[in-house]
Parts: sequence; structure tokens; C-alpha cells
Amino acid sequence: MAERSFKSEVAKLRLGAGQEFRGEGILAVTKALLQSGVSYVSGYQGAPISHLVDVLADADDVLRELGIRFEASANEAAAAAALAASINYPLRGAATFKSTVGTNVASDALANLASSGVTGGALIIVGEDYGEGSSIMQERSHAFAMKSQIWLLDPRPNLPSIVRAVEAGFELSEASNTPVMLELRIRACHVYGSFVTRDNARAAFTLRDALENPARDANRIVLPPASYLQEREKVEKRWPAAVRFIEQHKLNEVFKGDADDIGIVMQGGMYNTVLRSLEILGLADVFGASRVPLYVLNVTYPLIDTELVGFCAGKKAVLIIEEGQPEFIEQAVNTILRRADVATRVEGKSMLPMAGEYTGAVIKEGLRKFITAYRPDLLAEGRAGAALRAADDRVAKAKHSVAGQVHGRPPSFCTGCPERPIFAAMKLVERELGPHHVSCDIGCHLFSILPPFNLGNSTMGYGLGGAGASAFNTAGGRRAIALVGDGGFWHNGLASSVGNAVFNKSDNVLIVVDNGYAAATGGQDVPSSAADNALRATKNPIEKAVRGVGVDWVRTITRTYDVGRMRDALKEALTTAVKGPKVIIAQSECMLNKERRVRPLMRKRLQGGERVVRERFGVDPDTCTGDHSCIRLSGCPSLTLAPNPDPLRREPVTKVINSCVGCGLCGEVAHAAVLCPSFYRASIIANPTAWDRLKHKVRSAVIGALQRRIDAHLAAA
Amino acid sequence: MNARAQSPRPITIAVVALGGEGGGVLADWIVDLAQHGGYLAQATSVPGVAQRTGATVYYVELFAKAAADAAGREPVLALMPVPGDVDIVLASELMEAARAVERGFVTPDKTLLIASTHRVFAMTEKIALADGRADAAALLAACREAARELRAFDMAALAEATGSVLSAVLFGALAGSSALPFPRPAFEAAIRRGQVGVERSLAAFAAGFETARPGEAPLPVPTLMDDPARAAPAAIRDLMESTAREFSGEAGAVVLAGIERLTDYQDPAYAREFLARLAPFKEIERERRAGSGALLAETARQLALAMTYEDTVRVAELKIRSSRFARVREEIRLEDGQIFEIAEFFHPRTQEIADTLPAPLGNWLMRTPWARRLVDRATRKGKVVKTTSVGGFLLLYALAKLKRLRRRSLRFNAEQTGLAKWLDLVAATARVDYPFAVQVARMRGLVKGYGDTHARGQAKFGTLAALIPRLRGRSDAAAKLDALIKAALADEDGQALDNAIAELGAAEPASASG
Repeated sequence: MAERSFKSEVAKLRLGAGQEFRGEGILAVTKALLQSGVSYVSGYQGAPISHLVDVLADADDVLRELGIRFEASANEAAAAAALAASINYPLRGAATFKSTVGTNVASDALANLASSGVTGGALIIVGEDYGEGSSIMQERSHAFAMKSQIWLLDPRPNLPSIVRAVEAGFELSEASNTPVMLELRIRACHVYGSFVTRDNARAAFTLRDALENPARDANRIVLPPASYLQEREKVEKRWPAAVRFIEQHKLNEVFKGDADDIGIVMQGGMYNTVLRSLEILGLADVFGASRVPLYVLNVTYPLIDTELVGFCAGKKAVLIIEEGQPEFIEQAVNTILRRADVATRVEGKSMLPMAGEYTGAVIKEGLRKFITAYRPDLLAEGRAGAALRAADDRVAKAKHSVAGQVHGRPPSFCTGCPERPIFAAMKLVERELGPHHVSCDIGCHLFSILPPFNLGNSTMGYGLGGAGASAFNTAGGRRAIALVGDGGFWHNGLASSVGNAVFNKSDNVLIVVDNGYAAATGGQDVPSSAADNALRATKNPIEKAVRGVGVDWVRTITRTYDVGRMRDALKEALTTAVKGPKVIIAQSECMLNKERRVRPLMRKRLQGGERVVRERFGVDPDTCTGDHSCIRLSGCPSLTLAPNPDPLRREPVTKVINSCVGCGLCGEVAHAAVLCPSFYRASIIANPTAWDRLKHKVRSAVIGALQRRIDAHLAAA
Repeated sequence: MNARAQSPRPITIAVVALGGEGGGVLADWIVDLAQHGGYLAQATSVPGVAQRTGATVYYVELFAKAAADAAGREPVLALMPVPGDVDIVLASELMEAARAVERGFVTPDKTLLIASTHRVFAMTEKIALADGRADAAALLAACREAARELRAFDMAALAEATGSVLSAVLFGALAGSSALPFPRPAFEAAIRRGQVGVERSLAAFAAGFETARPGEAPLPVPTLMDDPARAAPAAIRDLMESTAREFSGEAGAVVLAGIERLTDYQDPAYAREFLARLAPFKEIERERRAGSGALLAETARQLALAMTYEDTVRVAELKIRSSRFARVREEIRLEDGQIFEIAEFFHPRTQEIADTLPAPLGNWLMRTPWARRLVDRATRKGKVVKTTSVGGFLLLYALAKLKRLRRRSLRFNAEQTGLAKWLDLVAATARVDYPFAVQVARMRGLVKGYGDTHARGQAKFGTLAALIPRLRGRSDAAAKLDALIKAALADEDGQALDNAIAELGAAEPASASG
């Protein structure tokens, strides 16, 4: 089960004609898929499109009614490959994943799909994880669209525009026999808004129809000589068809303005930020009426030459607002205008930064430069100059006074996270055996590279932790340590990180973090999940898979919080004489998901008067000396600082706050690292039994008497 | 001419929070509130992995539906805050409020900043070997400087007091500020519609509402260094009174605290020893007359801490006190009808056991291989002791009784020798370079903690102590030693200290070596 339950969102998928849908952008896309009559959807979770996958995973009833197949794909390549169903049959289908990482993985299938061409509409929905809050390398999906010739939609970030893009995307795909990619940035995926719904559509031609009547056309298969024909068909037939469709259906939008000797060309996704910037500069109203003409590219690939020439002709200059690099659109616009002999100056990266997110501040500054250069008369003096300067001075002063005081706050392991002890154990091994090369993977465990653990040398991609260490395959000497999560393991790791190590006779150590979920992407099930899942096959042990591909040395640690055992297993793996890869499977349930699962049950038992024991840890401030080595070996959010109650000590003491879930790591670390005796574990027994109460009574009598003696002695001293 | 002049504007709200803190719930409440109050609302965020405790921003825009209807058009609402164009910033924590200032979201002409003043420390603040906390006063001052108006108070405390979450207090503070065109019942209705933890949320909301309403709440008063209400034990009352007459200023407070600590640790006689050891430093201060007393204060502080080093006996003694049981009960918020148990995590090793034994026996144990091996084997693993069980309590009670043997123990003797050397070093230094001597005194603070932590601190202290003769006579000796102490506290393994010492050698003036 995913991190959130989407049962209430599922209800929104049933809305009919003329009703209002309110919710997130990515859920609007989900509804639009049903309105478009898709026959199948495949996907691999990852921010910011996880919710699409999660909602469909929870929407089995709705999908069954509409005859839609939803695949929770093993990875993005599998999700993209599912679109093969649209090559031979009039079946509409969609695949979704995070981009560009997911698109990287999917690109083999996408390239084959694009070469074959499609009969039914094929839509690839990518969550463009770029800019603030992104967890991946900063690249553009645009390049994939261009290299494989897949049309790229980048609609204005409001729900009606996004929904229209989905519906028009299928039509465009079918009209041009080409897959279409819908690019949605993080904020567009998470934007809360509304649109008027239509009824869901059931496909006339079903998956079963296709299976009962298989169709075949060798020219649609990528093998010479068909592949040569396909390339020619791409440019001779499919491209012109797409251009015709985009023009006819006015997928791109032009907004007229009175300052028509200049203009702005932008990706659709940039529209709202551009409009707000124009409004702040006094060049637009809040309803989108701009004095500067705008050409909004809801389709960023292919560009429509005639539309561009028409928009630019007669203008002194246009500004291209295109986020990310390289500046594909700007280069193409220059070529198009040159070929058409239009002399309009093309500004873009000359006035806006080449790299980085186009935030409101960035776009406002770029627009100001552009307008100042070409129409300075348009920029009215806004606020009174003196007042503006005084305000700016105050902001500068405030910023100066906190310089160096505002610490970075990157994401980190959650309270009670079972992955933390794995790295605490690695730290302890490092103390004994020295530092090792650590090849990381993708997932929450990558937070190990940050303080307090500072462990990890590289990350090469999902499931590639082991493969990232494969060059370090030397005889004798120190071994490399690699990590992979259960998510990465099933995504790609079994073949690339485990099988590869066996085949190449690697001596390295691979730690598989088995927490029962694809945790970083929102807690979705994976094949080894412990949960029961009516629709998927779970409970496939990782150890079986690892042994199945030929690993002999496997240790499964069933409780990662046992730091001593983790440490010993790791030490053994690094020093054993046994040849071949050493795999440690470190198992404990993701605490975020466990808490979500267990807490309501606990509450119910408490209310029912049942005996419930809650454990949490604490620190005695009078024995804590304020060295914080416990924090350096843990970094748990519930482990924090408090003023030292001792008037002679200056350093803050460690404190455990009430969010502690009693995972036990603090005690284990105190033992394993021989830290300090300040930690205690408190067991809180609610609804105690008669036996509990009797025990407590006897204890209180003995202990109370002794404590009174101590107190009397202290007072007299 | 100016297209904006005639146009209505949205209300722009940024919620700056830590992942998992309920910022999303708050944004949802605001959206729901607005939609039921005749406004169009758009909210967005960039959760992703930032959900895992990282800093994150939720952004909401509200637009009067009447204005949109009048214009017959839909407004174009932004998806992210533009610096200089944010009406309200809601910050769930003080450093996040300061981060919003740093990012330019808070401006004096526009922004109402509603912030909780409590701190959730960043990792880099927490992992420091000493005190790595940011200056909270500076953070708050920056908020005050940058905001048009600031409503700041400890919302975490209110959330805790009402058994609810901080976002509800923040929502209450937003209502109390009257910055939005909605009455209080409309806010409460939004919470009710949310259907999760309604009653507690409403209580937290009310607390936030009331505190935010009358203007800025008073700043939290820093806790006093000492608790004047605490009465000294009878046996040292005379000693305390005479000390209070003889010592003044910071040194006086420190010496008094020292006397109490030493008496508690051992007995009044031990406190008198402490005073006797301080006598030379009192004399040094007296000779200087107009002096700050900094040396006496620092020496007294470090001496008191060093004389009360943490040993097994001390730990056992502190763990079994009734005051400790009461503190735990409060910390874990034990409710009526509940029972609690305490388990301790000890890992005594051969060294600590030998330390506790009378010196000859302790030495024998450390030097006799077979005995050592035997004890090593028995202490390989840590022990969990249940202090709330009769057996566990009696064990610790018996250990605490070993206090009587402490003065004869191996560790005690070693500590006294070390202390005497350090005191001589401080005193000798004070005669040539007073500020330098203050640093030499302060240096003793590197030795703290237990086990390996203690050993590492001791080693760093030893390294610096060996450098004192080299530094003595240099005009910048005090500053250099201050820098070296900071370097010693910069990391665990002493890399920064090694680098600082290497630099010291390179930068040493030629005259010092000649």
C-alpha cells in the first residue's frame, strides 16, 4: 500500500459530464486519461507523478468497469514497453514516470516505439523533476523527444489546459502515428485547481479484441529494412501530419498586445510565472491581458514554422523563455527565422540564465532586461524610488545579519528509520578497518552521503549501486561496499548489480536495504514486500533471488537496529576469505509506513482498554556531557539539543523529544560504540493488568523506601 | 498606462516548513477556507524527497471570486512566490522564517510574517562536538527587520500544551492576525471539514488565535543560569555563605555552583579541597585588582567539572534518585493509570572496572593478562539494567555505595595527578600572560564524556598541553590557543587540529624559535 490512501481521490475519477473536479494537477491527468478512453496505463512511481500511479493502484473498481488494465511496472523500461500495444491496434495507452531519470531507463523502448509508429494514441506522461526540490540530475526531457521524434507537450500549468493537453495528445498521436510526451513540472503536478469534467469513455476496441484477433505488420517492427523506411516515414509523413494537426487545432496560443513591435515566446509551462512577472512590472493585468504579445508553446516539439514566422515578422525582437539547457527552442527559432529571412532579433539565454530553474525572480529580471533594451518606455516607475530603496536596505540588512546563521536543511532519514543503523554500523566498521569506497544507489539510503554519516562516493542510478563498484574488482586488498534498496533491487539491481557481480567474480560487498516498500517514492509495494496485496504478487524474498543468480555468501539481518550484528556481518563480509560477491540483506520495515500502519491499530487497542506498551528513549541531562557523539552516529530527528541544566557546563545536552518511536537504535549505538550511560529506554504501560499493578506496587515499596533514605542523606549531606 | 493599476490582485501566502510537519495540511485548510469564503484558491508545493524532514515551501494564492466574475475572466495565479510580492509568510520554525528572509520572501513594504520561535536544530547544529547552535536572537532580529509586521511566538509549546499539531496553531495565528478577509468561525469550519483530530486542532487553533491577536507576544526569557530557589544541603550552608562573601561576580556564581557539585559528588571535605586549589588563582586575581576575574571563573568552572569526572559510581548514584524518576515521568508524559519502566544501557569495560577498584587492585587487573582477558570476555557486550526492577535498583544502589572507596580508586589517583599538573600550568602561565592563561584553563574542557569520547578528548588535551611552552611568549598566544581549541572541537578524529598545528608551525615567527 502506498504512503497515502487515495480512496477519496478515486471517487473523483467517477465524476461525470458537467461536474467540477477539484484536486491536484496529476490527478486531473488521471481523470483525463479515463475521459480519453484509454485501454491501459503503465507506470513506475517517483515524484512528482507518484500520485497518478498510486491512485490507479487504488482505483481497481473504476478501472475494471472501464475495461482498463493498469500495470505497476517493474521499471520505466517496462512501462514504456507496454505502449507496444498501441503499435498494431487502435488501443489508447499511457505510460508515466519521473523524468529525466525514468526517461533514461525507458529510452530503449521509447526509441523502438517511436520508430515503429503507433496506430492507437500513445501518451508518455513525464514528471519533469527540475529545479527546487528536485532529487535528480538537472537535465531536460526535450532531448529525448527530439532524438526519437516524439511530440512534446508542455501545457500552461492550470487544470483545464493540462486536461486538454491529455485529450489533444491522444488525437495528435493518432493523427501523426507518433507517440506523444506530456511534460509536467513539479509544481504543475502538485497544483491544486479545478476543471469541468466529462464522462469517462470506454474504448470501443478492447485489449481482448486485440488478443482474439492478432494483427501483424512487419513494417512496424524495427529491423532492416523496415527501420530505414520508418525513419523516412517519420520526416515525410508523420511530421507534416503533426504540424497540420497542431495548426488546425490551435494547440499553441497567441495572446495579442499593444506593444506589438516586441514579443515573448515561451514554453507553456512557464506561462503563469511570466504573467505574474509582467504584472509586477506593470505590463499585464492579473487576468492575463498583456501589453506585450505572447506566443505560448503548448507544444514545444515540433515547432510550427509558419506560426513562428507569423508571430515574429515585423517585430524588433522576441524573448524566448525556455527553462534549462541546451536552449533547443532558441536555436531552432533562429534557424526558422533565418530560413524565412525574418530579421527579428532573438533574445533568450542572452537575458536569462543558461542554467537553473526559472523562478519568478529570475523571469522578472530577464523581462526587465528585455523591455529596458527594446521598449524602455513601457516600464513605468512603480513604487516611489526612496521608499523602495529604504525597503531594499532593510532586507539587505536583515539578510546580512543572518548570513552564515541559516544552515542548510536537506532531507534526511525519518525518525526511527531502519536504514540509519546500517550506516551507524558502517561508521563503526570504518573506525576499525578504515574508510572504504562506497558506491551508493537511489533511494532514501542515499541520504547517507550527508551529515552525520558522510558515507558514499558516487551514485550511478537506480539499481546500479553494485554495478557502480564493478570496476573495483582487484585481487586481495580492500573491498568496495555497494548499496541498493529493495526498490532498486527489483527495478534493475538483480541483473545489473547482483548477476553482474556473480558473472564477473566480484569480491565486493553489496548491502541490500530491504524495508518492504519503494519507500522514497511514497511507499509502494515491491515484489519482496511483506504486505498482502490482492492485485500483485508480493512476499518474494530477496535472498531467494540473490541465491538464484548464484551468490553463495548471503547474510540476512532481520532487524537492522541490531547495530552489533550489522557491524559484525559487515566486518565479516569485508574480511572473509570466501570468493565471490558478499551480499548482506538488511531487513526492517520502513518506519514511516510502519507507523502509518500500526498507529491506528494501537489507538484502537488503547480505546478498547487493552494493555499497550509504548517504548521511547530519553537522555539523562545530568550524565550527558554534551559531546553529541550519539547524534553523529544517528542523526534521528527526535534526537536533538536542549540547554544544559548544569550551570557549569556550556554545551547543550542531547535530548530525545516525544516524537521518538522507540526503535531502539540509541541504546544499540550506546552499546556498540561504547558511548555513554545517559540513554534510557522507558516502557509506558497503558491499561496495565492486575499483575502489572502488583509488580509495580512491590517495586515502588522497595525502591521508594531506598529513595527516601537517599533524599534524606542528600538534604543533610 | 499601467496595466496593473486598475487590476485587483491575489493574496499571496507562502508556508515555509519542514517536511512531515503538516505544512500541506495547513495549505489545504487555507484553500478550503478561501473556497468557502467566496475566493478562488490555488496551492502548490514541491514535496518529493523534501518530505523527509527537509526545508520546503507551500505556496497559496487567493483571489476574490467577485472580482473575477466582474471581469468575466479567470485570474492567472502564480505557482511560486516572487521575492517582494508575498503578503503573508507562515513559518513553522525560527530558522525556516530566517530562510524565508534570506530568500527575499519577507519584505518591509508588504509581508506579514507569522512565525514560531521554537527551534528544530539542523543536522549541522546538532553534530557539533560542543555548541553549534545558530544565534536565535540574530534569526529573530532579521525577521523583525525584514517584515512589515511580525507575529512570533513559541507555537510548538502551544501545540504540545493542546496535544495537537503546530499547523493548527499557525492557522489560529493567521486567523488572529486578521490578515485574511474571513471571520474566525470560517477558519474553524475549515478545520471541522478536514475531519481529522478536530477537537484538538480547534484547541490549538484557539491558542494560536489568542496569542497572535494582541500584537506581538513577549520574547521568551532566557533561562537563568542557576535556580535560586534551590536550597543548599545543611552541611555546606556555612561554606556557601562564606564563599558568597569572599567571591564576587561570575567567579562567585561558578565557585558556589562548584561547591554544591563537589559536595553532591563526594562530600563537603572534597568541596574544601576545591576551594584550597583555587586559592592561588584568587591570589592572582587579587594582585591584578581591576582584573575581570575571568581566569578565576574559568579555572573554577573547569576544576569543578574535572574533579567531578563521570565514573560508574556517579552514574549509578544519579540514575537511582527519586528526582530522576520524577523527571523521567514528566519527560515521557506519563498519564494517570499508566505504569512506566526504565532500562539503562551500560557498557562498562575492563578499564572502567579497574578505574573503580582501589588503585593497587585496579593496577593489578590492568597488568595481569589472564585476569584482564577474563574481564574483557565478560564485558564484551553492553548490559541493560532495569532500574525500576528491584534487582536492577539494588545493583545500582550498591554501586553508588562504592563512593566511600572512590578516593582510593585507580581513576581518582590518576585524575588528581593530571589536575595538579594542569593547575600548575595555568598558574605559571598566568604570571606571564593572563589572557593566554584563561585559554589554558579553558582547554581542560576538551576532556569530557565516556569511553572512546573521553579518550579522544584526553588525547587532544594532551596535544595542546604539550604545545603550551611553544606558544608561551608569543604576543598572539591567547588567540592562537583559542583557535586551536576550536579546531580540536571541529571534528571527532582530530584532523582539523592536526591541520591547525601544522599551520602553526609554518606561521611561527622566526624570533620565537631563536
